[in-house]
Amino acid sequence: MTPSPTADVTSLPDDPFSVANITDPYPMLTRLRENGPVTWLEKYGVYAVAGFEEVYEVLTDFETYCSSGGLGPHDIREDEGWRPPSILESDPPTHTVMRRALTGVINPSTVRALREPFTPPAEELADELVTRGEFDVVKDLAEKYPLRVFPDAVGIPEDGREHLLPYGNMVFNAFGPKNEILDRAFANADEHSAAIMQNCARENLDSTGFGARIWDRVHDGMLTPEQATLLVRALLSAGVDTTVFGIGNTLKCLSQSPQAWATLRDNPALAKFAVDEALRLESPFQKFHRTTTAAGTLGGVDIPANSKILLLTGAANRDPRQWHDNADDYDIERRASGHVAFGMGLHQCVGQPIARLEMELVLKALATRVERIEPAGEPVPIVHNSLRGFESIPVKVVPRS
Amino acid sequence: MSVLRARTREVVVDRVERVAEDVVSLVLVNPDGSPFPAWEPGSHVDLHLGEEHVRQYSLCSSPTDLSHLRIAVLNVPDSRGGSRWVHENIRPRDTVPISEPRNNFPIKDSRKYLFLAGGIGITPIIPMIEWAHAAGKEWQLVYGGRSRDSMAFGDRLRDEYGDRVRLVPEDESGRMDLQAILGLPRAHMLVYACGPTGMLRTVEDLCMGWPPGALHTEKFAATALGTASAAEPFDVDLVRSGKTVRVPTDRTILEAVEDVGVRVLSSCRHGLCGTCETTVVSGDPEHRDAVLPQQDRDSGDMMMICVSRAAAGCRRLALDL
Repeated sequence: MTPSPTADVTSLPDDPFSVANITDPYPMLTRLRENGPVTWLEKYGVYAVAGFEEVYEVLTDFETYCSSGGLGPHDIREDEGWRPPSILESDPPTHTVMRRALTGVINPSTVRALREPFTPPAEELADELVTRGEFDVVKDLAEKYPLRVFPDAVGIPEDGREHLLPYGNMVFNAFGPKNEILDRAFANADEHSAAIMQNCARENLDSTGFGARIWDRVHDGMLTPEQATLLVRALLSAGVDTTVFGIGNTLKCLSQSPQAWATLRDNPALAKFAVDEALRLESPFQKFHRTTTAAGTLGGVDIPANSKILLLTGAANRDPRQWHDNADDYDIERRASGHVAFGMGLHQCVGQPIARLEMELVLKALATRVERIEPAGEPVPIVHNSLRGFESIPVKVVPRS
Repeated sequence: MSVLRARTREVVVDRVERVAEDVVSLVLVNPDGSPFPAWEPGSHVDLHLGEEHVRQYSLCSSPTDLSHLRIAVLNVPDSRGGSRWVHENIRPRDTVPISEPRNNFPIKDSRKYLFLAGGIGITPIIPMIEWAHAAGKEWQLVYGGRSRDSMAFGDRLRDEYGDRVRLVPEDESGRMDLQAILGLPRAHMLVYACGPTGMLRTVEDLCMGWPPGALHTEKFAATALGTASAAEPFDVDLVRSGKTVRVPTDRTILEAVEDVGVRVLSSCRHGLCGTCETTVVSGDPEHRDAVLPQQDRDSGDMMMICVSRAAAGCRRLALDL
């Protein structure tokens, strides 16, 4: 039975998961925001939330808007999931145990220690790309750098790393409906899942990485072996695709904004702010679901218990009520702090500092070497149920003299 | 001492009442009957006892009635003598010097409140409850003590607020089951706890799984000096930009720094994500975040400026900004 909406919400026929709306999401997101903070989407029978204030409210009210129903449109408690629920799909107190274990491993101190090993690969890549003059940001940089540094930090074997991107693709596409996009992502699902699960097993992790340190928590009695496997898996699935898209999207913004590049080139210390503003404007993680545990009101709309809520973080991050009239502009002078590209509240991305570090280092390496960067062709958006990114972003660079 | 003296006023003890076993309550009025200055729930006054002793006592009267102030004092046998002195020496119509009310334990606005009181720790909670109730907030109080007779104001609170107040006298129902009370974090709920050190340590442990910033405690027993940082503004030198900013009690370092146009990357602004980590050049931080590991806390080289502040006695921090 398709659920029906409450009386006081406006319905729209828009489909956030159509190929047209995925490749150019912003006209639809503007339409939804202008319709009101909460809209009933007829096609899927879910409440879509597009206003910043309301998205923030849902993210921080982990009791009313639970995660254990899954981040996709189906309640994973009602049917057999394709995998055991992850930390993202859990609520307190289960979530608390896993979150504490993870923050014990990924924290400001351990991430600070990554700056040194993560820097030379960024500089080597930048050196090579500047010499080439023309390259594809996605294929030649964004997909290469995180895969070069991050799996080493987790400590997984070399063998099987080719499954990381396809596996991440499965995980994030599953936050959308069962459509052709999802079918394509799951084409070789069993093979990718098996390879990833094998990489998360204790005996296959090297002794120094984050993976081994998560397994140490089993020894301490803080985690069960199953939880440890799931947390290593969560790191691998959440930490690659999103960072790839974050790097790509940042460079797309900068290549289209010569003034911003000039500012950054003159002061490469601004790299982290340039990344943050790109995360706001072109958020890699655009949309996912929550499930209501009780009836309540959000943005003036009554929502019954057990409703699926589609959170449009990409819309919230461009809400003019929060980001002013120039919300659609890339402005590295803007105070982008508080955007919800990494989520907010209890489930805010644990790997955020690692992702920020990777993005900052890549950008800094380029900013110190590149005088000008400009498009060398149209970026090709990727068709993906929940992530915003590009298959290809061709650019030309002029080296600094 | 002259500084403290300058901020005191002489008040008259209007009434001395025994409000529980070993607890007396003092009602203080101005000699000329004039009202006291306004104060906020959570505030305390310093009581100057004889020449040597200065003790902090939370105000448990109503902030909406400034005609008098009320404090309650537990006679602690092995204390440093302040409470016994009050019990043995203070009589109606005595004059005592007190400080102006100060607040180390301010209540923040949210939707829901869980108040936890152990013994005499009930005192700062009483005005908080009154405020939360008047503001129409969702709240509950769990109040534990050795026995019903030892629990000051327990029956009165129960009569006034009904089921929202749960009294847990240890001799009837055992100790407060803090594990059950705090096991499940609640969204938008702030926890205000005051009581003996052992109880607060358990509360702190259990609140590790709550959102950062949810737990607020005042360590009541003779540690008011240790919480002075919340009550005092301090200065922050931004060594790279050459600016100095004052951080008032109601602003964070991050906000104060942003106000003078210095950019700091931040995200959650609640001490959870670690994005605003800042190098400390000099001074002692008091860490209030949920992410910095212990060895970094101990070294004091880094701090999360969205929630952390200057430590007690440190009036100046220098940051690498």
